[in-house]
Amino acid sequence: MPTDTLPNPGTDPEKTPAGSTGELIRLEQVTKRFGSNTVLDHLDFSVDAGKHVTLIGPSGSGKTTILRLLMTLLKPDEGTITVDGQQLFPASDKQVREVRKKIGMVFQQFNLFPNMTVLRNITEAPVTVLGLSKDEAVERAKGLLDMVGLADKCDAHPAQLSGGQQQRVAIARALAMRPQVLLLDEVTSALDPELVAGVLDVLRDIARSTDITMLCVTHEMNFARDISDQVLMFDSGRIIESGPPEKIFSDPELDRTREFLSAVL
Amino acid sequence: MTSGLWELVLKGVWVTVQLLVCSALLGAAVSFVVGVARTHRLWIVRFLAGVYTEVFRGTSALVMIFWVYFVLPVAFGWQLVPLWAGTLALGLTYGAYGSEIVRGALNAVDPAQKEGGIALSFTPWQRLRLILLPQAVPEMIPPFSNLLVELLKGTALVSIMGMGDLAFSGNLVRLALQESAEIYTIVLLIYFVIAFVLTRGMRGLEHKLKAGTGKPVGSTPDQELDRPQTTGVGGAVA
Amino acid sequence: MKWDWSAVSGFMPDLWAGLLVTLQILVLGSLISFALGLVWALLMRVPSRWVTWPVGAVTEFVRNTPLLVQLFFLFYVLPEWGVTFSALTTGVFAIGLHYSTYTMQVYRAGIEAVPVGQWEAATALNLPLRRTWIAVILPQAVRRVVPALGNYVISMLKDTPLVMAITVLEMLGRARLYSQEHFQFTEPLTVIGVAFIVISYLASLALRALERRLAH
Repeated sequence: MPTDTLPNPGTDPEKTPAGSTGELIRLEQVTKRFGSNTVLDHLDFSVDAGKHVTLIGPSGSGKTTILRLLMTLLKPDEGTITVDGQQLFPASDKQVREVRKKIGMVFQQFNLFPNMTVLRNITEAPVTVLGLSKDEAVERAKGLLDMVGLADKCDAHPAQLSGGQQQRVAIARALAMRPQVLLLDEVTSALDPELVAGVLDVLRDIARSTDITMLCVTHEMNFARDISDQVLMFDSGRIIESGPPEKIFSDPELDRTREFLSAVL
Repeated sequence: MTSGLWELVLKGVWVTVQLLVCSALLGAAVSFVVGVARTHRLWIVRFLAGVYTEVFRGTSALVMIFWVYFVLPVAFGWQLVPLWAGTLALGLTYGAYGSEIVRGALNAVDPAQKEGGIALSFTPWQRLRLILLPQAVPEMIPPFSNLLVELLKGTALVSIMGMGDLAFSGNLVRLALQESAEIYTIVLLIYFVIAFVLTRGMRGLEHKLKAGTGKPVGSTPDQELDRPQTTGVGGAVA
Repeated sequence: MKWDWSAVSGFMPDLWAGLLVTLQILVLGSLISFALGLVWALLMRVPSRWVTWPVGAVTEFVRNTPLLVQLFFLFYVLPEWGVTFSALTTGVFAIGLHYSTYTMQVYRAGIEAVPVGQWEAATALNLPLRRTWIAVILPQAVRRVVPALGNYVISMLKDTPLVMAITVLEMLGRARLYSQEHFQFTEPLTVIGVAFIVISYLASLALRALERRLAH
């Protein structure tokens, strides 16, 4: 449980710069359809800076779609999305890229670049996108690899790593951009069961020791209970219930939530 | 065969090699520019690149050569030296086939890789240069190897225009000796050896490019036969 | 750039005559390449190196050397050996032979794509080898190979002008003749260039339609 450890800035390997406090992400009346299938239905919600929000619900209920909309991998059919005061859609390519720099994402299938070494996977974007010097980027990457426990894998290629190791590299890669927001899209779903704990430990550590804002789609309910400030329960493209984890997991209001939780816990 | 005739054949080999190198370079440039354009997000760019591919693949390489030799000078006043005329006709035609290879290989890269690039705020150009091409290029080598052999065979067409390549020197020797079996056998063998060297070289390149990416080198040792032939002398071969 | 429509209309009768020859070469060449390619593909499955090695070597050689030089070889060498064919027959045979080395690869892939279980079932039913091939394997392979064979027919179309090098007057040969007689190069050459694009485009549309029908 996080309560017994206070953030200790002195030993933090990766302390993200404090974002502005208050509202960081806002979705208003967001609708997304795939063909005749409405995945998000006039959705409203907002996330404050530094909060850890977990999205739960049955598959197909639109959780992943929200992360993909925020990462601009998808465009909404209706509604507006604002990140740190800047609106996405409609926005120029340049504006969109500026917003993207504030957001990092870790994918279910890792999406490491197989043509690059582990180190280069992490340093490439800080150098080409943020304009860091090579040395700075390498130093940053090594610190992060140390944090995820893979300091010795710098020169390996992704294909030589286990799934759990690849996912930890992917986390380091996302953090190397020092994003304000970290999107975690079912990051343990593609892993063999014995590798899940290592990845979740890294994420718990990040949640505890940084003030990065996290949006997390997961089926790991214990993990969600540990790290979340707020849990959103999705069903059929709507948020049907939300609240602090203690409330949602122990005493949900709705039968639908209770039903879902009893099925997954 | 006298040594003078052998010299003629060697000169022909040299012209064929020059033409092959020049048209392969032009063809590669066309392949990448048009192939990448065919994956562009603006439909008009995709459309124009598609028209280019259809037109240059649709026509015959030999007709193209005739056009460059006879119509360009008359219609536009561009009189090209034979080597450049041959290079232009062959490079533009085979480049159209090559653009299909480039497009196919780019489309075959896992779309999740593109998303990974977007999540790291790369620009489209950076995604292409850093992520897509490094993964796609090794996959292009086997079909490009086939196309290169087709291009080598295509270079013989310039002999019809009287350019002194290997096939043309074969005709000269036939006229000199009034005997054809020997010289044409020699000429065919020389083409075969060049094709063999090209295929070997491309296979070496494939191994080199795939080394270190952690990917297996795709084909079995018996590649040449197992690989589906993707490039007829023409043809929208799947 | 000057464009003379009267040259176009003057060339049209020659174009039709040439087109007829082009299509003739294409149809006969295709038939030869389909048949010969199947022979190569079947021979390559004979379980003896004494058969597969020479067949493999010869077809590899033919596939990797220029069709144009092969045309010259057949056109000039065969008469020296006392075998004489017309230029058109020589051209058709050379094209058919050249493309058979491609179609054999198509057949091979098609045959290999028939599931092993089909062979096993035929063995279990004690079908003789001949029946297994004719009744079981080839009918299944053919459906798979039609699109690829069609693509090679389109490729072959674009190689038919090569036979003008051995005096056959197909479309390009007609255009060259007309150009030299009337000293007008632009129009006839452009017309046949467009003709090739149109024919191969129509052929690829037809092939796609055929593919869709076979897919069901």
